[in-house]
Amino acid sequence: MEHTIEAFKREESLGARHSGAAAASDGKIHIERTQYPYVTGSSVLGIKYKDGILLAADMAASYGSTKRYKSFQRLKPVGKHAVIGASGEMSDFQQISTMLDELTLRDQMWDDSNTLGPHEIHSYLNRIMYQRRNKFDPLWNNIILGGVKNGKKYLGVVSMIGVHFEDDHVATGFGQHLARPELRKQWRADMTLEEGVRLLEKCLLVLYYRDRSSINKYQIAKVTEEGVTISSPFAIETNWELEAFQNPTKNAEGSW
Amino acid sequence: MALSDDSSWMTAAHSMGTTIIGVEYADGVVLGADSRTTTGIYVANRASDKISKLTDNVYICRSGSAADTQVISDYVRYLLHQHTIVLGEQATVKAAAKLVREIAYSNKSFLEAGMIVGGWDKHEKGSIFGVPIGGTLLRVPFTIGGSGSTYIFGFLDQAWRPGMSKQEAQDLVVKAVSLAMARDGGSGGVVRTVTISSAGVTRDYFSHDRLPKWHEDIPAGVSTALEALENANGEWMVV
Repeated sequence: MEHTIEAFKREESLGARHSGAAAASDGKIHIERTQYPYVTGSSVLGIKYKDGILLAADMAASYGSTKRYKSFQRLKPVGKHAVIGASGEMSDFQQISTMLDELTLRDQMWDDSNTLGPHEIHSYLNRIMYQRRNKFDPLWNNIILGGVKNGKKYLGVVSMIGVHFEDDHVATGFGQHLARPELRKQWRADMTLEEGVRLLEKCLLVLYYRDRSSINKYQIAKVTEEGVTISSPFAIETNWELEAFQNPTKNAEGSW
Repeated sequence: MALSDDSSWMTAAHSMGTTIIGVEYADGVVLGADSRTTTGIYVANRASDKISKLTDNVYICRSGSAADTQVISDYVRYLLHQHTIVLGEQATVKAAAKLVREIAYSNKSFLEAGMIVGGWDKHEKGSIFGVPIGGTLLRVPFTIGGSGSTYIFGFLDQAWRPGMSKQEAQDLVVKAVSLAMARDGGSGGVVRTVTISSAGVTRDYFSHDRLPKWHEDIPAGVSTALEALENANGEWMVV
């Protein structure tokens, strides 16, 4: 579920950009805080396949409708067994990344040959997101977390208000509307790596055609028992040669 | 809206409409900015200096609220000063950028500040960091910011190349800022640049008249108003 800025409108007190406290008519201070996302990432996709998990995201960080940064990495490894991908406010994603790095580092410093698995990381993320939501000061992200540990595959979502769940295929943003239906039709548990990547490419293509904030520059992350790999950037071939595209208004001048 | 009807220009916060830019070249970085500070529609300062020194080797371009960015750079200058003493050597550009980011991110609901941090250190050589509103931190080979930047994304996409020489980078910066100034009401005045490399820091000043002329600009001082009247050719603009 996406949250629009309107749903979180806060009251502006006179002349002040201060959030935090606003004097109400009863004279008491009501703490209202929220945020507006500024630099945002668009959809992230995730699927389970035969040997593990695949995540995909484009490399755009937008500033409103401007595609401001076009080499932004929105997929990130977490420890040895997991990968996260985030949409929403990218500064909050950077903050979450730092927190997860600290978490995995401290875990490693125990030096007890035990590592955090994806389920544990999911729990930690969920707590952070939910508790910030309770303070009306959310981290404005929708996060997909995928991982493999001891043969068990994990793929889940944590939203900016702490809604969390697991599934065989997941998506954030526009991907929920455009990619999930395709995934519901075509996904199978025993897909090979090639089949999984091809399915993701198909979904990414639809998102490129129909999501204004997307660019044709992507990364795919693969997690298996062996570990995490994040691909170098790649682009997908698009098709603009449909006959119907040539002269669409020939018989209807002025239409589109 | 006539000036007399709306007095918000007298009380509005000082905003630096602004065009700012930072570019990496072969041996260092070039930072550039316009010089217009506005209070609503009034130009409060037509010769501002939006490129501020953080350390001898790191400078910051400021856009957004004038007050917010001044305070942020004051804090970071102070913190970097102490950091340099503790470290025993020159601070890195990354350290400066991360300090700017920390303040921008943790106070994001109070601040309106988009900044570019650029400089030279012995580890990374020249580096440019963008810190847009919200507090994202990104190292980039070049970046632009401020209200004027929207007009020159296309220009930079076409004109920027990696590995430029110092002269090419400076020319690019001056061209970019002056193109933005041509169309953005929030940007204007003169172009200031700061070039930082291993050889040190140079400040340059490109007066209004030294800037290139673009579409529909006409040179000043070619004819006086009186002469123009005498040379009137009687043509009216016809649609």
